[in-house]
Amino acid sequence: MYSFDMESPSTVADAAKALGQDEAQALGGGQTLIPTLKQRLASPSVLVSLAGIAEMKGVCTADDGSLAIGGGTTHATVAAEAGAYAALAALAGNIGDPAVRNRGTIGGSLANNDPSACYPSAALGSGATIVTNKREIAADDYFQGMFATALDEGEIITEVRFPVPEKASYMKFEQPASRFALVGVFVAKYADGVRVAVTGASEEGVYRWSEAEAALSANFSADAVPAAPSGDGMISDLHASGDYRAHLVGVMTKRAVAAAS
Amino acid sequence: MPKDQGIGASTKRREDVRFLTGAGNYTDDINVHGQAYVHFLRSDVAHGTINGINTSAAEGMPGVVRIFTGADFEGVGGLPCGWQVTDKNGEPMQEPAHPVLAQGKVRHVGDPIAAVVADSLEEARNAAEAIELDITELDPVVDMKAAVAGGAKVHDDLSSNLCYDWQFGSETEAVEKAFAEAAHVTTLELVNQRMVANPMEPRVAVGDYSRANDESTLYTTSQNPHVIRLLMGAFVLGIPEHKLRVVAPDVGGGFGTKIFHYAEEAFCTFAAKACNRAVKWTASRSEAFMSDAHGRDHVTTIKLALDKDNNFTAVHTDTYANMGAYLSTFAPSVPTWLHGTLMAGNYKTPNVQVNVKAVFTTTVPVDAYRGAGRPEATFQLERVIDKAARELGLDPIALRRQNFVTQFPYATPVAVEYDTGDYHATMDKMEELIDVKGFAARRAESEKRGKLRGLGINCFIEACGIAPSNLVGQLGARAGLYDAATVRVNATGSISVMVGAHSHGQGHETAFPQVVAEMLGIDENMIDIVHGDSSKIPFGMGTYGSRSIAVCGSAMVRATEKIINKAKKIASHLLEASEADIELKDGQFSVAGTDKSVAWGDVTLAAYVPHNYPLEDIEPGLEETAFYDPANFTYPAGAYACEVEVDPDTGAVDLVAFVSADDFGNVINPMIVEGQVHGGIAQGIGQALLENCAYDENGQLLSASYMDYAMPRADDLPNMANYRVDHSCQTPCTHNPLGVKGCGEAGAIGSPPTVINAIVDALQSGGHKVDHIDMPATPQRVWEAMNG
Amino acid sequence: MAEVTMTVNGKSVTKSVKGNTLMTDFLREELRLTGTHVGCDTSQCGACVIHVNGQAVKSCTMFAAEADGAEVATIEGQANADGSLSVIQAAFQEHHGLQCGFCTPGMVMSAAALLKENPKPTEAEVRDYLEGNICRCTGYHNIVKAIMAASGQDVSSIAAE
Repeated sequence: MYSFDMESPSTVADAAKALGQDEAQALGGGQTLIPTLKQRLASPSVLVSLAGIAEMKGVCTADDGSLAIGGGTTHATVAAEAGAYAALAALAGNIGDPAVRNRGTIGGSLANNDPSACYPSAALGSGATIVTNKREIAADDYFQGMFATALDEGEIITEVRFPVPEKASYMKFEQPASRFALVGVFVAKYADGVRVAVTGASEEGVYRWSEAEAALSANFSADAVPAAPSGDGMISDLHASGDYRAHLVGVMTKRAVAAAS
Repeated sequence: MPKDQGIGASTKRREDVRFLTGAGNYTDDINVHGQAYVHFLRSDVAHGTINGINTSAAEGMPGVVRIFTGADFEGVGGLPCGWQVTDKNGEPMQEPAHPVLAQGKVRHVGDPIAAVVADSLEEARNAAEAIELDITELDPVVDMKAAVAGGAKVHDDLSSNLCYDWQFGSETEAVEKAFAEAAHVTTLELVNQRMVANPMEPRVAVGDYSRANDESTLYTTSQNPHVIRLLMGAFVLGIPEHKLRVVAPDVGGGFGTKIFHYAEEAFCTFAAKACNRAVKWTASRSEAFMSDAHGRDHVTTIKLALDKDNNFTAVHTDTYANMGAYLSTFAPSVPTWLHGTLMAGNYKTPNVQVNVKAVFTTTVPVDAYRGAGRPEATFQLERVIDKAARELGLDPIALRRQNFVTQFPYATPVAVEYDTGDYHATMDKMEELIDVKGFAARRAESEKRGKLRGLGINCFIEACGIAPSNLVGQLGARAGLYDAATVRVNATGSISVMVGAHSHGQGHETAFPQVVAEMLGIDENMIDIVHGDSSKIPFGMGTYGSRSIAVCGSAMVRATEKIINKAKKIASHLLEASEADIELKDGQFSVAGTDKSVAWGDVTLAAYVPHNYPLEDIEPGLEETAFYDPANFTYPAGAYACEVEVDPDTGAVDLVAFVSADDFGNVINPMIVEGQVHGGIAQGIGQALLENCAYDENGQLLSASYMDYAMPRADDLPNMANYRVDHSCQTPCTHNPLGVKGCGEAGAIGSPPTVINAIVDALQSGGHKVDHIDMPATPQRVWEAMNG
Repeated sequence: MAEVTMTVNGKSVTKSVKGNTLMTDFLREELRLTGTHVGCDTSQCGACVIHVNGQAVKSCTMFAAEADGAEVATIEGQANADGSLSVIQAAFQEHHGLQCGFCTPGMVMSAAALLKENPKPTEAEVRDYLEGNICRCTGYHNIVKAIMAASGQDVSSIAAE
């Protein structure tokens, strides 16, 4: 690792100020960033740990009925405390492994937007609102391709608000080594329609499968899931071809619909 | 009633206490006062000419002690190869130089180019980034068949990329005749994919040097510290053995990959003297992936001939075996003598011919990995037999049984002689454990849930207890493979046994004392094993090839026999009786037919405090050394079975049951033996379903971390209720004193074809005409096989 | 450099650390608690698992500065006060749940965290919980057995011999 200093502010305001320094970088749970630093693929001058900011932690139900999760909330806490949105709690409880879930945070995961991470599919599939220290961003506007988001430099995810659907489920087909999603499909049925978000599959990162959404909004059953999408534009790597990933998108969507509760 | 100590007892492991409390002493736990750290600058291209290395900027960086390049090793020896194969024309294999740091060319991603020694690791890494490399990329050499067809050469001074073209076994004419006369011939092309051994402890080396007495010490993660001392001292650095100490303390797993002599350990030893300062290297896991010798990587076409009565009449194989960029220590022996000699399997096939082309490529060197050659042989043979059974509509168990060797000793057409075995017995046991009769009902139940269920069975034999020195010398080994033990009895009767075997998970510290305790009739806890330090042990060839108890254990028995003989002499003097009348039982020496006896401790005390002692007849002291050279290999064998469920929607394979029936001969500690089988099976299942060391066409390593190399996890393996390992079939080895055969590799040898046979069976049951699936049988491969 | 204070295995420790000092390096090099091991660099093998404020974490994927003020437990603090093996450690020995011992500290620490959360886990729950702990020697069979036995469950009838 290159050398850097560590700052541990206790308020969002102080963190934002610290992140204003040259080459400053936010440290959430560090479960992706620290391995990256070890490989010397990043060289911040100062890491700003968000772990000590109490106002960014916790799970609660907001006035509008949505589930509000602080950006610094760990996966383990979401798994334990997001019972109001069972599919989301289940997703969080199956990210990485127990030790990773005790450190990794929702804000960190969404800020990184790994194309194979689980949380982006939940946020996009739920039409969540990403709340930062500066603004609120709709999930549909937030995800901008692999590892790319609408966040500005130094902007901090303080909270994520999930509208709670009537039914939802997340189905992950794991990449056998990393246990990230080879393909993950998040299906959520709301009063005004169904959202289907796919992670792990596309070269553009997490995306909504609009054909499936239309079909499922008309008839929410596994049989209604359309034929699997084309493999064009799907990730093709050591672990799976684009065509196989596309096939899995279809299978996992059906299974998510069948399991939705 | 199970025994509570001695041979056959499941004595709990004494070494566990330190490992469970964090008190183990692994190489990375060792810091030498004032040590510096080395970081290796490694090639990021597969193949290239080094035009220049400019270290001037880096040398001025903070903390830098010294920067080494290949030029610093001119005049120093290269890493030696311990085995020479003679090709089918009687010519020696092509043997390239293997410099400690690259000279002139880089030949694989990870090839070390420069080494930066600095006060801290981060400073070394900083300086390495400031080294300017001028490398002209050359065409990578990745595909083995293309590599021997022409194109770029990995080593410009060799005539081609072919290391050797080897032929072994029955005469060509006889084999061709058998195929011509066959009623049926089954052919199969298959890949035994490249694997990475991945012991959980990455390799570490700490070199130290004492100016006071010109002595070098190397602490290293090795399975065989004496072999490293011999190879590094004599062939690389020119340090006489009495000036070189090699210590392998607690070692966190080996699986073959810590047998070999590596550049990094030679470098640390060399640099410690050059810098007059201890130098430490600790591999990161990413570094391990591109510097640990890999395993397997064979591409084979196998043909099996059967007569009209379904007797096997001939086996013929053509294999391409990847050597990687250089010859690792034992690399040439793996596809030849550890593979060709096992190609008869458990069967009395009269004609067996094995052909192997070993090929240089611009990839990490390939050498022995758990099983080494024998998994490759078993996989080919057992897959082609399964395919033949299917083609002929025969029961795969009956076809195997019909062709079993049943008369022992049995001389195969591939040079080895099986001393003993009972293949029907292990097959019977396997059939009982997996409940073959109940399979149809289980399959029907799986089908109700939309799953395809398959049953796979497999037999195997291996050659262990490596190895009879005279024989392996004729086969090209440049060193004998005996082992040694010294039994040192102290005055108060406690014992230190210095053994050449090295324990890195096998539990020698517990199992070896069980043998000595049994022979002497004393408490196991009076006996300690000393291993892993060349300064404390006379000699030893280390631990690999399931050899420790069969070879080193036999040496220990011989040394203990010498102790008993001498102790009886002393006892006869103390008891004033004839030596011939002295009996040793339960730690007491007694005079036959009398009530006169003397205890173990009295005899040992007399040996060291010889007040009343026949000094003119017997020397004082009680310490004996024995070297043991086995008369033959040992031949563990077994029958394995498993059941899989395939999800037809995704191709995912769920391993729902696995059983093994092994014949290891006599067993010293059943608990430890079963543990070895558990681990071997998990690695074999890993090979069958998960693990794959892959290169792209540019020679870039794609699976270079645990993010991409799929290690088996707890939830990848069968549940306890559907998993059995059995070793109750025991035909003791006929030529070593303990009747033991070795158990370390069986699981890894027997399990891969078992799993693939089961998957093919499952797919066939769903109407898919699938003959074979290459490993690892990933969901995509299975799904494509079903839908291709 | 910044000063950190934490409690490690019940003892208070204050040291100056650099921002980039990993918790593993702090334990191994600064405190010479070498029972915590490093088996990978991508946060997967779990040989480095410790407890921070009662929760299992991978100490190779956490900075020492982040543990300022924390209660830290490592493998060296797991034995009983009289030095005898804890229930979990004893079960690992009894059921041969370790071979080379390198992954063992992380396994024991994960097992302890699991049994605290879930005192009577099923076999499937044990296997699932060990997702972040890789063992190359044992095939996990005896590790799973040891953890279930440590939870007070009778493993003799379901476990293979």
